[in-house]
Parts: sequence; C-alpha cells; structure tokens
Amino acid sequence: MNTENLIALLVAAPLLGAAVLLCGGRALDRVGHLLGTLLAAVSFVIAVVLFSDLVGKSPHDRTLTQHLFSWVPVEGFQADVSFQLDQLSMTFVLLITGVGTLIHMYSIGYMEHDERRRRFFGYLNLFLAAMLLLVLADNYLLLYVGWEGVGLASYLLIGFWQHKPSAATAAKKAFLVNRVGDMGLSIAIMIMFSTFGTFAFKPVFDSVGDTSQGKLTAIGLTLLLAACGKSAQVPLQSWLGDAMEGPTPVSALIHAATMVTAGVYLIVRSGVIFNGAPDAQLATAVVGAVTLMFGAIVGCAKDDIKKALAGSTMSQIGYMVLAAGLGPVGYVFAIMHLVTHGFFKAGLFLGAGSVMHGMNDEVDMRRYGALRKYMPITFATFTLAYLAIIGFPGLSGFFSKDKIIEAAFAKGGTEGWILGITAVVGAAVTAFYMTRIMLMTFFGEKRWVPDEQGNEPHPHEAPSSMTIPMLVLAVGSVFAGGIFSLGDRFLKWLEPVTGHTEGHSPISTGAITGATVACMLIGMGVAWVMYGRRDVPALAPRGSLLTRAARRDLLQDDFNHVVLVRGGEHLTRSLVYVDHTLVDGVVNGTAASVGGLSGRLRKLQNGYVRSYAVSMFGGAAVIIAATLLMRAV
Amino acid sequence: MSSLVSAPAVHSLWTTAADPISKINAPKIEYGQLSPTLIVIGAAVLGVLVEAFVPRKSRYYVQAFLAVVALAAAFAAVVGLAAGGYGTTKAHIAAMGAIAVDGPALFLQGTILLAGLVSIFMFAERRLDPEAHGNRVDSFAAQASAVPGGDTEKAAIKAGFTTTEVFPLALFAIGGMLVFPSANDLLTLFIALEVFSLPLYLLCALARRKRLMSQEAAVKYFLLGAFASAFTLFGIALLYGYAGSVSYATIASVVDGSITNVDPALADTMGNDALLLIGMALVGMGLLFKVGAVPFHMWTPDVYQGAPTPVTGFMAAGTKVAAFGALLRLLYVVVPGMRWDWRPVMWAVAIVTMLGGAVVAITQTDIKRLLAYSSIAHAGFILAGVIAMTPDGVSSVLFYLVAYSFVTIGAFAVVTLVRDAGGEATHLSKWAGLGRRSPLVAAVFAVFLLAFAGIPLTSGFAGKFAVFKAAAAGGAGPLVVVGVVSSAVAAFFYIRVIVLMFFSEPKADGPTVAVPSPLTMTTIAVGVAVTVVLGLAPQYFLNLASQAGVFVR
Repeated sequence: MNTENLIALLVAAPLLGAAVLLCGGRALDRVGHLLGTLLAAVSFVIAVVLFSDLVGKSPHDRTLTQHLFSWVPVEGFQADVSFQLDQLSMTFVLLITGVGTLIHMYSIGYMEHDERRRRFFGYLNLFLAAMLLLVLADNYLLLYVGWEGVGLASYLLIGFWQHKPSAATAAKKAFLVNRVGDMGLSIAIMIMFSTFGTFAFKPVFDSVGDTSQGKLTAIGLTLLLAACGKSAQVPLQSWLGDAMEGPTPVSALIHAATMVTAGVYLIVRSGVIFNGAPDAQLATAVVGAVTLMFGAIVGCAKDDIKKALAGSTMSQIGYMVLAAGLGPVGYVFAIMHLVTHGFFKAGLFLGAGSVMHGMNDEVDMRRYGALRKYMPITFATFTLAYLAIIGFPGLSGFFSKDKIIEAAFAKGGTEGWILGITAVVGAAVTAFYMTRIMLMTFFGEKRWVPDEQGNEPHPHEAPSSMTIPMLVLAVGSVFAGGIFSLGDRFLKWLEPVTGHTEGHSPISTGAITGATVACMLIGMGVAWVMYGRRDVPALAPRGSLLTRAARRDLLQDDFNHVVLVRGGEHLTRSLVYVDHTLVDGVVNGTAASVGGLSGRLRKLQNGYVRSYAVSMFGGAAVIIAATLLMRAV
Repeated sequence: MSSLVSAPAVHSLWTTAADPISKINAPKIEYGQLSPTLIVIGAAVLGVLVEAFVPRKSRYYVQAFLAVVALAAAFAAVVGLAAGGYGTTKAHIAAMGAIAVDGPALFLQGTILLAGLVSIFMFAERRLDPEAHGNRVDSFAAQASAVPGGDTEKAAIKAGFTTTEVFPLALFAIGGMLVFPSANDLLTLFIALEVFSLPLYLLCALARRKRLMSQEAAVKYFLLGAFASAFTLFGIALLYGYAGSVSYATIASVVDGSITNVDPALADTMGNDALLLIGMALVGMGLLFKVGAVPFHMWTPDVYQGAPTPVTGFMAAGTKVAAFGALLRLLYVVVPGMRWDWRPVMWAVAIVTMLGGAVVAITQTDIKRLLAYSSIAHAGFILAGVIAMTPDGVSSVLFYLVAYSFVTIGAFAVVTLVRDAGGEATHLSKWAGLGRRSPLVAAVFAVFLLAFAGIPLTSGFAGKFAVFKAAAAGGAGPLVVVGVVSSAVAAFFYIRVIVLMFFSEPKADGPTVAVPSPLTMTTIAVGVAVTVVLGLAPQYFLNLASQAGVFVR
C-alpha cells in the first residue's frame, strides 16, 4: 500500500468526528467525547506511521504528495485539493495530532460537568481537521481554507461559553482582528496568482528567481500581515489575551501550542519568497523582536494566570517570528522552538487548568499560594515546564531559545546587535514573569478566598485523565530540546525543506550562552526578591506607570479604540451620510421621477375611446412619416 | 400619387373579366395538413348547432366536452404534422398559396391550442361564485342580451341560464388564431384577424359581475379594433397596388426585384416604393395593435380590466401568440429585403413599448390593469427579439411566447380565485397579507410574478435571456440596454405585489380565496409546471423552437 494515500486520512478522521459529533445530536452525548478523542488518536497513529515511512527514506526523497481531486478546474485557474507531506509538514502533523490527542484526553476530565461537552469535542475535532489541512496543503488556496477553518474553530471555542458576555465579545474580537490578517493572506494569494499564474507551492517557489524584488516584497509583507493576525504579533496582537475566555484546554491547544504558530509555519513555508525580499524579512524580524518584548512586559503585570501565560505565548511566538525573519539562518530554529514551546506551553496551560479546576475556577494568582502541597503532580509538571520555558540549561527551551539568540547576533551589523540584545533581555524578562507565576501560585502563604457562592476552595489533584497528559507534556518539555539538538538531528531533518546556512555571530557562542543564562538568573532573582521574600498583597499595588500600562496590555485596546474604532466610526458615519444623501438621493430621485412620469403618463389613459383613437392615428402618422424619412435619408 | 388611374386602364378591369370562362379549376386543398384549424372551426360550428338543438340543461356539459375534445384533437393533429416532418423538411405552402405549413406555424398553433385548452378549463369553472338559486354559475352573464340589473336579467339568473355560447365563440377565436400566424397572403391574414377578433369582442362583454364595465370594455375594444382593421385593410390595398398581388411570396419577389413584369392595370402604382412603405407600415400597425405595442396599446388596460378574467387570460395569451406569429412571418417572409427601412422604426416602437409599459405599470392599483401594462412591457421585450432578424431571433421569440402564455393564463387564473362580496377583488389593497391567509395561492402567484420579472429559474428569465441575446447578436445592443433597464423598472412593481402579499398585515375585511374545481387547479398547475420546467431546463424547448424557426416561402 502506498503510504501517501494515508495523508488524506489524517484530515478525514477528525473531520468525520466533527461531522458526526456536530450533526449527531443528543444521542451521542454519552460517547461523543470518547469518539472525538479516538479519532484524534487515529490521526496521531497515522501520523506516526507516515513519520516512520519518511524516516526510512533518503533525506531528499522525503516528500509525499497525494492528489485528491481538482477543485476548480477552470482554464487558467486551476485549484487542486492535493496534499504535500514533507519534513516541515510532518513536524507540524506530529505536534498537532500528538498534543491534540493529549488535550482531547485532558478535556474529557476538564469538561466532565459541561452539558455541551459533545459539541466541544466536535469543535476540537473540527479544529484538528482544519489545522492539518493548513499544514498539509500543497498550495496557498487550500492552505487558506485550513487557515479560515482554524479561525472558525478558534472563534467557536473562544466563545464556547457564549452565555458569558465577555466570552462572546472575546470571540468576536478574535474573529475581527483575524479578518485583518486573513485579508493579508488573500491579497498575497491574489498577487501570487497575478504574478505566477498559480498558487501551488512548487511552481511558485520555482519561479521566484525570475520575479522582481518589489513583487516579492509585496507578497512577503502581506504574508507577514497574515502571520501577525493568526500568531498575535504586534500590531494584531490584541485578541490573544481576551481569547483566554475560552475553556483552558482550548487555550492550551489552539492559543498556545498549535494554531497561533500557523503564522510561523506560513513564513517558514514561504521562506523562498522571503529570501528574495530582504525588506520583508527585516520587517518580520522587527515584528518578532517588538512582540517578544511586548508580550513579556504584559506577562509581567497580569494577575490572571491565563492572561499572564497568554502574554508569554505572544512573547515566545515573537522569538519564533524573529528567527523566521532571520532567513535560512533561523528557519530551523524557529520551528524547533515552536515544537518545544508546543510541549512546555501546553503543559503550563494544562497546569493552570488543573489549578483552576481545584480552585473553583479562580484565575487570580493573588488568591492562590502554597498550592505545591495540595497538587503535587501539577506542581511537578508545571515546574518542569517552567524551567523549560525560561531556558534552564539542559531543558528544552534552553536549546531552542539559545539557537535563536545566536542567530539574531549572527545577523550582523547594528541590526544584529539590537535584535540579539532584545532577545537576551527578553530571556531575562521571561525568567522574571515565569518565576512570578510560580511563586504566586505554588509558594508563599494561602491567600484563598471563597467564590461567589461562598464555597471555600478545596484544592485537590485532578483526575488521571488530566494528569497523564500533563506528565507526557512534561517529559517533552524536559527532553525534546536535548534530543533535537543532539547531533543536530532536527537541523538535518528539516534542512532539505527550509534550507540552512550556518550563522557567524560577532561574539562567541559561549559568551552568548553565558550572558543568556546570567540574564535568566537575574530575572529569577528579581522575581524572588519581589514575590518570594515578601508577601504577595491580595490587592495589586498601584505600581509604576509601566506596570499600569502593562496591566492594560500596554494600552493596545485604548490605541485600537482611539485610532481604529473611532476612526472607523467616523468613516462609516460619513459613508452612511454619503449613502443617505448622494446615493439614496440619486436612487430615490430616479425612482421618484419614474414614479412621477408614470403618474403623468397614466393620465393619458383617460378612458375615452376617442382619445385612444387619436393616439393610434397619431402613432400611425408618425410611423409612416418615420418610415418614409428613413428611405429619404 | 399625382395622377389618377387612366380611363383605359380602368376599362380594362372590366374588359379582361369579360373573357369567356372556359373552366374553373377546383381548388386543391390539403385537408390533412389544415386539420388542426378545420377540427377547431368544425367543432365551433357544431357548437352553434348544440346551442340550437340541445336542451339548455345539458348544453354546458356538451359544449365544454366538445371544446376540450376538439382542442385536444387539434393539438394531436399538430403534433402529428410536426412528427410527419411538416415543420422542417416537408414544410410548404398549402391551400393554393393561402396558408403556410411550416415550423413556426405548427409551433405557434401548438402553443395556441394548449393555451386555449387551459383557458377553456377556466371558462368552464363553476365553483368560484356562490350558487344562484341553486344553480352553479360561471364567470359569464346569465343572458347577454338582458339589461344589466334589469328584470330580464333577474329572471334569467333565477331560471339558471348560462351563456354557453362562450365555448363556440372561443373555438372560433382559436380557429382564427390558428390561421393568423400561418396566413400566407394578405387577404387570408385579414380574414383570420377578423375571425379571431369578433368573437373576442363578444366574449369581453359577457362578464357576470360588473357588467357595465365589461360592456364598456367590449365596445372600446370593438371600436378601436375596427379602427385598426381599417388601417390594416388600407395597407393591404396599398400593398396590392405595389405588387399586383396579395401573396406574400409575390410581394417579396417584387420587393427584391425578381418580378419585374408589370400588370398593365396597375402600371401607375406597381413598384412604387411609397406604396410599399406606407402599406407595410399600416399592416404592421394593425398587428402592433393586436400585440399591444405603444402607441397602439391604449385598449389593453381597459379591456383587460373589463373583460371576464378567464377571457382576459385567454386573449392575453392567444392574441399575443397569434399576432407575433403573423408579425414574424410578415417581416421575415415578405419584407426582409427592406429591413433597413423598417428596423429603425421598430426599434423605436420596441423602446417606447418596453419603457411605457413598465413605467405606467408602477402607478397601477388594480391587479388586472397591472398585468395589462405588464403585458405591454412584455410585448416590447418580444419585439426586441423580432427585430433581431436572425434564426435565433425567431426561435427566441417562439420560446418567449410559450413561456409568457402560460405565466399569463396562470396569473389570471389566480386572480379569479381572490374574491370578496363584489366578485373578484382586483384592487391591490385587498391583496395585502394574502400570503398569511392563503400561503399556497400567494406563493403560486409569487412564482408567476417572479417569472414576469424574469428572475432566474423561471421561464421568464430563460425567455428574456434568449430574446436579449438574440437582439444583441443581431446588432441591437442599445435595445437590450433599454430592455434591461425596463426589466429593472418592471421588477419593482412585480416585487411590490409580492411584498404586499407576504409582508403586509391582512385587512380585516380582506377577500377570501375561493377553492376552485380541478378545472382551474389544472390551469394553474400547468402554468406553474411550464414556468418551472422552462426555467430549470430550457434547453430542450429552445432546441425545439430553433428547429421550428425556419419560415417557408
């Protein structure tokens, strides 16, 4: 049997699950979650089979394609539904199906008391199908279908608790902001079609060499806009924090491990285009650097554990985008960090979910404290993921982040210094906010308060369906980076797809690693001084100007409101005015004049046969005269 | 014409006729090929005898049965002739050059017969009005000769009289309509015109309710029809003067110059182009009057409104089909050689017809008048296809006529159902909220309105698309633009009725919808079926029309 025929099954299994669960009705309420998890696992098993098949082939022969059918068979506009599985897609497929299956499993416990659990699993399966379509498509149009599909799933899941106005609003916000990015992708596809006459990966990449840099820069910048929307990068970052309104497994799967990294996938997949457009590349790197600081600063000030982690996600994706913006030096490391981040950030979110589960859904860290004694497994897994994300030597994050920082310095020139130092400082801030979360949640005194119904929290360890995924992810958080880096395995695996050039940084790699570790320790130390030695006040202190701004997400919503919402309102109002006066004026005027004409002509129909006869006679005279005149002319 | 006909020439008219007649050749008549017309006319004559000899009680049944059988038999005859190849390979001129048997003739005859058949069902409907003195009544006056509201009328109603003459009258009209589009000389054309017009004048006067209005409509129609006939006849005379013949083929040959020998009796007039142009204009005018083109349309709203609604539906469909058939034959067979003379004029007529019908319809408040103006606008659309002067033009017009006939009859059939104490409730305000009260009837009417408006998936769209496409291909682009603009204007008042039916509150004293017998139901069902089938799968019928689109000369 040809293994490439399995590719479609990767997508089909969760898609079938979504269809059955969403159309199946109440009858499936009792087995829906099991079915959804089973199909996710099926997809994962297929992924493993395909992976072992790919590994068995020679490195440059590891691309499988499957043509399913011709979608739009029009002359001059050929769109196919066909898949391409190469090392890059394979990496994503394993991450998506693997972490996805774990989070399905976790959700069985987490959503146990939710009466709409079947629907939740239907949406999760829909997400898996769309995300797999996104990374398996062999052309940009099909990728766009997956891109919109994950956007839809994200919208549905953020607003899953739609009875809460905040959740409904957050879903709408995520949807709207994502539309801006989607517009970028659709424009990029249009430019591609007009330039290359196709949007399939291979022919597009093959003809990049003959295309002007201006065109490539335009495509690159619009693709970057798309990536900013999906991956919550500045300036389209504002939706991610609010997206935490969704159930925590959703935050872990979609808004930490997989969907938000689709932007990174898009840039790396389009690496050939970006390589031909240095300006777009630089813009990408700058966006990444700005976002990594932005997210980190926001993460420092949040008291809501999920929002602090959301800031962290933004920041870590900033690292990936920065790496992707460095070109072939960084592509591999962007993806490597993406995968390790997938493990430890999903682990952190599942840990946060477990804490919330035990604390009556309380999210304010100022009301946690001392939980390490009550939730030992959660504490242990969270700690490992914590050490991984701050880049503690030997753990996953250390390897992947270190490579990105080196690559940033290797960019060379002033840019290299600025990007590199930003990345190092970012590591310090990361260590600070993550230590803060650790200390406020698991250490110190109990600051628990009863919930609105007056129930005292009784923190307890979560059921095994929740702890097992956490344990698995913790293993990944610890070892993934090391395994990938040992003998440059990950580099050799991805290189045939993304290409790679060795960077040469102006300072030695040892010095960079040392500086990074030092910065990390400083961050940890500052956090210890502020939150470990002192008591955490139950009410947040007023804080400095920066703290207050960071609590308000660095004023992003205020900025958007003043510039975009108000501006948009003014624009729509003036357009409505023009529509009412000018357009409606013309339309209504035409209608009124036709109506008036009708009323006047109607009077000719006066009911008298004599005047009818006159009209006929006159008509006959005119017709005869006109006929004769035609001959005369 | 500056000079009078010279005296010897006049004399020769007498003297040549005085030659001894040795033998009169018996005319050769192809009875088989004329059977559709002969069956219908024969049944009409039989119907007159039925009126004379069958007891009053059973006349209704005998007449209705006779009419239905005759029309069905005639339709079968048309199908038989078409299947026998008379529409294509065996097409020829029959009856000593008087009648053409060819594709367009058979196609239009089939259409007229089917339209006539479903109209006859409406004629025979006796369940809509409440029973009078225990007798079922139809849409027609109890006794046409009785003064409206007078004692005689009351006595006639009490006695249960009905005007069963409508069936033979309709059959005579249908017989005339069958000949009209197949007439191959001007005199046959004129006779056919009168044969189908005179019964229609009578039928218009026979409404059971609102008799005065009905009689007024009939008188108007008769006067204006007579006026138009006079024009036509004068035009025929001028054309005879031009060509020395009333035969289409001969006139065409004189027009294109293949006949040059001059009849000495007509030496002064033959070949005079002024006669040709004026004659054509006058004959054309008579036909434009029948199709209801502006500025000869003014009878339409008054007559459509006043006539009994089954008659309105019948003549709206039948007259249009027959008259457009005759117009096509005239333009395509007789004067294709002088199209540069008449096309600009026809352009103008088409434009004012489309715009005039659509614009004036906007301010109508009576559903029957609204449909009348709509029929004027549609006449304009069909004219756009006529003017194309291409094979596609012919076939698109044929298709449009089929589509339009059944939509129209169906729409008027629905109008007969919506009633209040005064009979049919035709004022638009009474139709408010009909969709809430009778969703099915309103939905059916909405289908017809959408077809009138030319919305896709209805026959109206397919027909309109076909004629506009043919017109554009025939070089009448601006005409198509005006047509589309008129369609947009027309869409307004069609949709307005839909809005009125479905989105307005029903009035407390609103009309009720009568439950008809299977007769009217059949009429409406056929209308809907044709509308939907021609809208969803027009290609088969378009192909049929284009196979039938070749005139014999």
